[in-house]
Amino acid sequence: MKPAINTGEYFITGDVACAEGALAAGCRFFGGYPITPATEIAEHLSVRLPKVGGTFIQMEDEIAAMAAVLGASWGGVKSMTATSGPGFSLMMENIGLGICTETPCVVVNVQRVGPSTGLPTQGAQGDMMQARWGSHGHYEIIALAPFSPQELFYQTIHAFNLSETYRLPVLIMTDEMVGHMSEKVIIPDAKKIKTVSRCKPKGRKNRFKLYEPGPNLVAPMPAAGEGYNIHVTGLTHDTRGYPDMTVETHKQMMDRLIGKIRGNLNDIIQTESYRLDDAEIAIVSYGISARTSSAAVDEARKRGIKAGLLRLITVWPFPEDKIRELANRVKGFVTVEINLGQIHLEVQRCIGGKVPAFLVGDAGGAVIPPDRVLEVLKEAF
Amino acid sequence: MKPGHPPGHPLEDLLRTDRIPSIWCPGCGIGTAFSSCLTAIKESKIDPKKVVMVSGIGCSGRAAGYVKLDSFHTTHGRAIPFATGLKLARPDLTVIVFSGDGDLFAIGGNHFIHAARRNIDITVVCVNNFNYGMTGGQAAATTPSMAKTPTTPYGNPETPFNLPLMAYASGAVYVARWTILHSRDLTESINESLTKTGFSFIEVLSPCPVNYGRRNKEKPLDTLKIYKDRTIIKNKAHPTQVDLDYEKGIILGKFVDVDRPTFGESYAKICRQDKPE
Repeated sequence: MKPAINTGEYFITGDVACAEGALAAGCRFFGGYPITPATEIAEHLSVRLPKVGGTFIQMEDEIAAMAAVLGASWGGVKSMTATSGPGFSLMMENIGLGICTETPCVVVNVQRVGPSTGLPTQGAQGDMMQARWGSHGHYEIIALAPFSPQELFYQTIHAFNLSETYRLPVLIMTDEMVGHMSEKVIIPDAKKIKTVSRCKPKGRKNRFKLYEPGPNLVAPMPAAGEGYNIHVTGLTHDTRGYPDMTVETHKQMMDRLIGKIRGNLNDIIQTESYRLDDAEIAIVSYGISARTSSAAVDEARKRGIKAGLLRLITVWPFPEDKIRELANRVKGFVTVEINLGQIHLEVQRCIGGKVPAFLVGDAGGAVIPPDRVLEVLKEAF
Repeated sequence: MKPGHPPGHPLEDLLRTDRIPSIWCPGCGIGTAFSSCLTAIKESKIDPKKVVMVSGIGCSGRAAGYVKLDSFHTTHGRAIPFATGLKLARPDLTVIVFSGDGDLFAIGGNHFIHAARRNIDITVVCVNNFNYGMTGGQAAATTPSMAKTPTTPYGNPETPFNLPLMAYASGAVYVARWTILHSRDLTESINESLTKTGFSFIEVLSPCPVNYGRRNKEKPLDTLKIYKDRTIIKNKAHPTQVDLDYEKGIILGKFVDVDRPTFGESYAKICRQDKPE
């Protein structure tokens, strides 16, 4: 067996950093399907997983990949898949199963340009609303958007920790630019990496109820083969896990699925503020576009424009309170993202018309240059 | 047994009795296939704690909800890839996929052939009732040519799959076909496949009088009579020869029982072991 955590200093791509982050988090199962620009995650794990006691399998499609990840998770193993646009679309069905059955796992989307096959080798941030609402029905999801290979390493660990804590598929919505860029990545000593594992049930097995929640609305989770005779279904189910086709049970189930996220927003949401304290204009951005935006902030400040950046590390659940608080003290917002207005709509929703909101967006395929942001800052305010 | 109480069901310890009655209609064959499966689990002497059932969607897919084992009722067609992940994560578990023909061979067909090709060590029991029972009897990938269903009102213009042939061609190491009337043979086959290493496939022909029989002039008893009079038990019959042909006779039996390395075995040998550099 080789060490799962390769402590050291590396010059690696975001995709490889993501794979190493997964291993450091304790991921021991990867089910995937090749797709640009996420393939390198699968390739790296196909080398590494068998040597650390894990399993890599290339499935027949992304539907199967997502199903296998859920199956492995119920086997008690931390599991992950990685994909991009078309594959993400195929995974939606079983992401819904993961949400309904409360199955911890991590899904990485290295975003490329859509719709459809789009520009397969070029980056975008066009799947943000799909991340939020892509599977049918109403639900809450957690989605993270790291902006560098180093952060992709750490946020992959964090995504596993969140998925194990709150029992749901956690999405890492990175992009082709971050996935394919090579930068310095430091993998710390194993002792310095904090990992979380799902809470296991205690007490008498015959009294056990699969979905009887603890204080944070999350129920302890046994694995298959531990003697609990669990029944896991994507049908609406009661606390025993049994299907129950009533409006009341459905409401109870939904209250909990949504409540476990909405009730823990402070624990889940991470943002980073850059020169925001005295800012008059708040730029909201994430992923690769946050790098564009921080450069634009510096340029704007040189010209006497008081701009600051709110970088969303967690995109879903959306940091509504943070935006509302900012709306009370800035003159306006600019959202920078490589799509034609997705998170921009959320920003507008939270501002509620108090101050103007502008979008610096593109159809995708290239990084938005800081000049474009600067132009808007100069003209609009 | 308490005085005055009726004797328990012989399979009670493997049933979620608090979920009975089942949704299955009178005359449906799924219950018989299901009970053969439970009997086989008992007879196999495998610790039930280590036996897992995975189902997809449809009438047969509800089996996972009635079995008192760790059981997973997944999405439509996806029982096999779910089971694949579970088995690879937990090789110590015996994994049974119990589902229907529509689930496993139309929406889930791709997963079936790939799991057989990889020789994933699971047992797949397919209750073939020739139609989508749960949604009202629409045509499936197994519906006989010319059969009437709500989506083939003029008769089915398509040709059905020969399931044992597909399993064989895809690489299954154990392939058998029985009807629900042959429940002892069926039980024996499931029992054999549970202890067999590799991808096992058992097709169970089963009546759906409410949705299929009714539209095709087949009363519940007629179907069972066909199973009695027009079946031929021919173990080792070549899968190319076992098309469902009611005129020539339906061939039943164990068609394939061979050995080859499973995915797990090959993965351990080829990928896990460090080779000298």
